[in-house]
Amino acid sequence: MIPETLKTSLEARIASAITAREAAVDVMKELQAHYGWLTDEAVAEAAALLGLSPLQVEELATFYEMIYRRPVGKKVIHVCDSISCWCADCDKIIQHLKDKLGVGLGGTTADGMFTLLPCCCMGMCGDSPAMSVGGVPYGRLTPELVDEILEAERHKV
Amino acid sequence: MELPLFRHNRPNRVVTFDEYREEGGFEGLKKAFSGMSPNDVQQAVLDSGLRGRGGAGFATGRKWSFVPRDLPGPRWLICNCDEMEPGTYKDRVLLEHNPYSLIEGMTLACYALGVRHAFIFIRKGYEKAAANLARGIEEAKKAGLLGEHILGSEHSIDLDLHLSAGRYICGEETALINALEGKRPNPRTKPPFPAVKGLWQGPTVVNNVETLANVPAIVANGAAWFKGLALNPEGAGSKLFCVSGSVKNRACVELPIGTTLGDIIDGACGGMRDGKKFKACIPGGASTQFLKPEHWNLPMDYDTVAKAGSRLGSGGVIVFDEGHCLVEATLNLINFFARESCGWCTPCREGLPYVKEILTRIENGRGEDDDIAILREHVKYLNYTFCALAPGAMAPLDGLLRDFEDEVREHIVKKKCPLK
Repeated sequence: MIPETLKTSLEARIASAITAREAAVDVMKELQAHYGWLTDEAVAEAAALLGLSPLQVEELATFYEMIYRRPVGKKVIHVCDSISCWCADCDKIIQHLKDKLGVGLGGTTADGMFTLLPCCCMGMCGDSPAMSVGGVPYGRLTPELVDEILEAERHKV
Repeated sequence: MELPLFRHNRPNRVVTFDEYREEGGFEGLKKAFSGMSPNDVQQAVLDSGLRGRGGAGFATGRKWSFVPRDLPGPRWLICNCDEMEPGTYKDRVLLEHNPYSLIEGMTLACYALGVRHAFIFIRKGYEKAAANLARGIEEAKKAGLLGEHILGSEHSIDLDLHLSAGRYICGEETALINALEGKRPNPRTKPPFPAVKGLWQGPTVVNNVETLANVPAIVANGAAWFKGLALNPEGAGSKLFCVSGSVKNRACVELPIGTTLGDIIDGACGGMRDGKKFKACIPGGASTQFLKPEHWNLPMDYDTVAKAGSRLGSGGVIVFDEGHCLVEATLNLINFFARESCGWCTPCREGLPYVKEILTRIENGRGEDDDIAILREHVKYLNYTFCALAPGAMAPLDGLLRDFEDEVREHIVKKKCPLK
């Protein structure tokens, strides 16, 4: 069950939309922020709030890159493997991340801190290779810089 | 000559509302609301020769003219800021430095089109740009330049932000409309075109960020001024070129349309990285064909680049040097499109992974003699898809087979990547 305050704010968001389902992405994102990922319970709650069936929410949830329908770590790392980052040797950065975190792409670290996901272009091509950690973008990565970022992000609330 | 889009930029920070206004910002808006009719604004954009900067390059004024004037009910304007094409990052750079040109441009477009309510559709990951826009919208409202009764007139215009959750197909205009409505973002059948039946079945115009950001300067300075910015008569205005890959200074630069490829790389970007030799580039984002060394002096305008067998597209220039394997580069591009296919239609959903599989085999030294012919068939048949995603994916493959067939064949014959 979501807290009453969150429910009220989501209802207000939906009420301000032109149609209820226009707010679907916002509602899914808010619920995901609350639960850490979009749980089955969250899907049902989103459906009830939006006046949709759980299946209609599901077909949206599974479509979007940033909506997670499985548990993820506290911070999701999206590492870009698109062409500009490829030109900047992103393969080495991805391998370094795998080694450092001890997980493959799609994996979550043993301490539940990070989930590593490959992603398509983040619009950081001028600062490639790039990744984002918990939504914070980082560019011009080197293995050393990756280590520093992981260490800082691990301790940043 | 001062180019319009980056002229308000400050190093490493966003321009303030006051700075933008002091430098002539919102002059276009004031001019339009104090004596130009909506038709005058539309005509100025049409006469300016402004073409859509999102990739397709369609004439903006003509696109606007397709909206029927006599349909009842609300009509809509959507700014497409779902910039997810690899190599393209201009809209982010623009909005992180200056959200006001877009806000002013959208207000002018709404005025010209008779739109009361417009949306800015922003991709996930562009939170800084979104924050700049949200603040800018509030500032413009407070100053009477947006919202109810703009500059004391009878016109009221609202701008809303829609933050997406990340998916490349949302940049396709009908998929974007579905996404904004909260539906699964598959593309819609055309016709009816969005200009007639788009968002909530109302007439809708979808324009890219850079396109709309050009409108204030066109209205303020006139169509002839805008046309004159280009270096050649085929072009009009300036263009944001966002360069990545094997150049010294990877940067997003504003240059006159018609600037040559060589001047972009050697001039604006300081030349090739580490003294490497230019092998090829993709001039307009991931869905364009390669340009080669012989195109070094090619003026970068829509028609000239098209005549050379590629597209100016979004202006996302990705530069490859002689150390880059173009089979692997194309495989990377196809991998992107295969992953981002929405799966709505079979040729795209099934065809792209198959192309990926063949290119992977070739790159790994397991290519077969008839692979090139099979790839060519895909270039041909993946044009028959529901939307332009798969045809876009086929553009670099088409370019690879057209211009670098020898390199592909060498992989197959030598049973390995010759560059590894």
